[in-house]
Amino acid sequence: MRKQNFFYLLILGLLASFMVACSAADNAANATDPEEEAVDATEESDSNEGSDGDTIKVGILHSLSGTMAISETSVQQAELLAIKEINENGGVLGKQLEPVIEDGASDWPTFAEKANKLLQQDEVATIFGGWTSASRKAMLPVVEEHNGLLFYPVQYEGMEASPNIFYTGAAPNQQIVPAVDWLLENRGDSFFLLGSDYVFPRTANAAIRAQLDNEGAELVGEEYTPLGHTDYNTVIAKIKNENPDVIFNTLNGDSNVAFFKQLKDAGISSDDMTVLSVSVAEEEIKGIGADVIEGHLTSWNYYQTTDTPENEEFVANYQEEYGEDAVTADPIEAGYFGVYLWAQAVEEAGTTNVDEVREAAKGISYEAPNGTVTIDGDNQHVYKTVRIGEVQSDGMISELWQTEEPVKPDPYLDEYDWASDLSESLAE
Amino acid sequence: MNEIILTLFNGVSLGSILLLIALGLAITFGLMNVINMAHGELIMIGAYITYVIQNIFINYAPPEYFDLYFIISIPVALIVAASIGMLLEVSLIRHLYKRPLDSLLATWGVGLILQQTARSIFGAPNVGVTSPSFLSGGLELGSLILPYSRLFILGLSIICLISIYIYFFRTASGRRVRAVMQNRQMAECLGVSTRKVDMLTFAIGSGFAGVAGCALTLLGAIGPTIGTSYIIDAFMVVVVGGVGALFGAVSGAFGIGILNTVFEYVTNATLGKVLIFIVIIAFLQWRPSGLVMSRSRSLD
Repeated sequence: MRKQNFFYLLILGLLASFMVACSAADNAANATDPEEEAVDATEESDSNEGSDGDTIKVGILHSLSGTMAISETSVQQAELLAIKEINENGGVLGKQLEPVIEDGASDWPTFAEKANKLLQQDEVATIFGGWTSASRKAMLPVVEEHNGLLFYPVQYEGMEASPNIFYTGAAPNQQIVPAVDWLLENRGDSFFLLGSDYVFPRTANAAIRAQLDNEGAELVGEEYTPLGHTDYNTVIAKIKNENPDVIFNTLNGDSNVAFFKQLKDAGISSDDMTVLSVSVAEEEIKGIGADVIEGHLTSWNYYQTTDTPENEEFVANYQEEYGEDAVTADPIEAGYFGVYLWAQAVEEAGTTNVDEVREAAKGISYEAPNGTVTIDGDNQHVYKTVRIGEVQSDGMISELWQTEEPVKPDPYLDEYDWASDLSESLAE
Repeated sequence: MNEIILTLFNGVSLGSILLLIALGLAITFGLMNVINMAHGELIMIGAYITYVIQNIFINYAPPEYFDLYFIISIPVALIVAASIGMLLEVSLIRHLYKRPLDSLLATWGVGLILQQTARSIFGAPNVGVTSPSFLSGGLELGSLILPYSRLFILGLSIICLISIYIYFFRTASGRRVRAVMQNRQMAECLGVSTRKVDMLTFAIGSGFAGVAGCALTLLGAIGPTIGTSYIIDAFMVVVVGGVGALFGAVSGAFGIGILNTVFEYVTNATLGKVLIFIVIIAFLQWRPSGLVMSRSRSLD
């Protein structure tokens, strides 16, 4: 009998350590120091990199399995759509693009390994990929070591600018900072910060704290829940006690579904307090249920409803390719125009050589579905328009406010005095 | 005062959710000693069945009957999950009864296959299930609001518990199950078909996982990986409650639920989870066989 009990204990311990390891992997992958790596980047370059006869190989590296597959699959689809369109229009430098697809499997070491394989073995001209900051941080030393290119399509916490990465998602000053400003002006000045417990929410919230402090607004509470957390009753009870005007939501993944469903069940609607989310887009709303999240806000650079001729065409093409029910969202769009930006830079450079493409990419702009995007030569992020939107009953997001023109990316928040201590402490 | 009542209610509510997801496992793992890592995926099947039935109602039923979909999904989820469990038992698990470690790996593999199957059929993104209108909103007690969905889950878990009790302790078939689990050879000698009993028991355990999946659609995300977020909690409840003791699971579930909520309320979600694990480890040191000791005369 005792022996058996020991066995069960062992199993339980095994399960627990498995769970802990899963969340620890996230943190471990962030340990690399971008600045230091940049110095070590070797200068190996091959003028024929990625070109193989009549085709140019490009790597696509997203999680097609595991927890992140939910989000990353559609970005991959958008990138493939862009490649298909480019090929139909004659390719790049007269050559067809040949996508090499790898699966990052929601596992950060796998991202590093596959990036290595794409650069070394397939000798791709560039990689489009990644979603979580952890996966980007895992790929960063690899692309720097082999002097490859990575187009990263998701909004993130900033404090990074690798010479080998192009960031087509929003920097914090293109999503979070303007959202906080807008909320302070329109929705009240007591804030509750809620996020998943990993690098993006913690860094983002550190910036928001500094900003609120500077504006003299009130921070009434700050809560983090483990990734994949499913029971928000207690958090909601705390929120009710504090009764903030605004909940700034940096939860990621499935937790959003649980949070919004349980918030509604607890009798809190968008009339009582505003929830602004930065990781919930059209795709996620389908899973949450539009009736549950209706009236709450989001901050992005692009919505499916964004009114530009390019977007009309993009949505039509995307739905033709992937079905009428398919929705487009900000990261999907960022993945899509990333391919075009790269193709344009290659045309400009006349070669796929990484150094020359990088040089040629400076200042290049493209009419993306969200408007004109321009690569900022200094930090390789893009100028983008910021938009605050409200979720409608049909699951679409309608725009409430947008910046007049595309906002210059500022990943280290250098433009803001209140962030000066922050960038030093976070970016070292 | 309100805070205390609300925290207590939240604790009981979390306990009822834990109980619901662990009930099936208390049967397959607790009684039959099969370390069923695919339990989470059986929960997932229940959740997707609710989704499918919802869509059938949206497309083919008049809108005024829409709310009925949820009532219908519960028995359908029970039956479908039970049949899949039965299939699993017949094709795989029966060969592994004497090899717990192998069954751990094999059922883990089955879990992955089921996840990928769901991903192929329904796509990787989460799907949305609209809660029936009679479960939206909450019961207002002064300034407290107790969500109907939570009360419903509490009720459902009690109903499941009672039906399991009636089955195991008040029917001939349930008595045979207990006989086989207590002393297999003796039961065989007395003419009980242990093969059939094993199959039936595993199917029942799987069926309750399906019901749990159905209930979870009220609370959270429905996606291919829904099972993985609940499987650890389910094992925790069964081990703390006492392996082999069905009703240990009840005390395990409510104990963990209430403690977890209190810890989370006074600290935060991450630390609350850490604290609950520390308490459980300490507790198992003190009582290695769990809250409720199962006494049997069989020689282990």
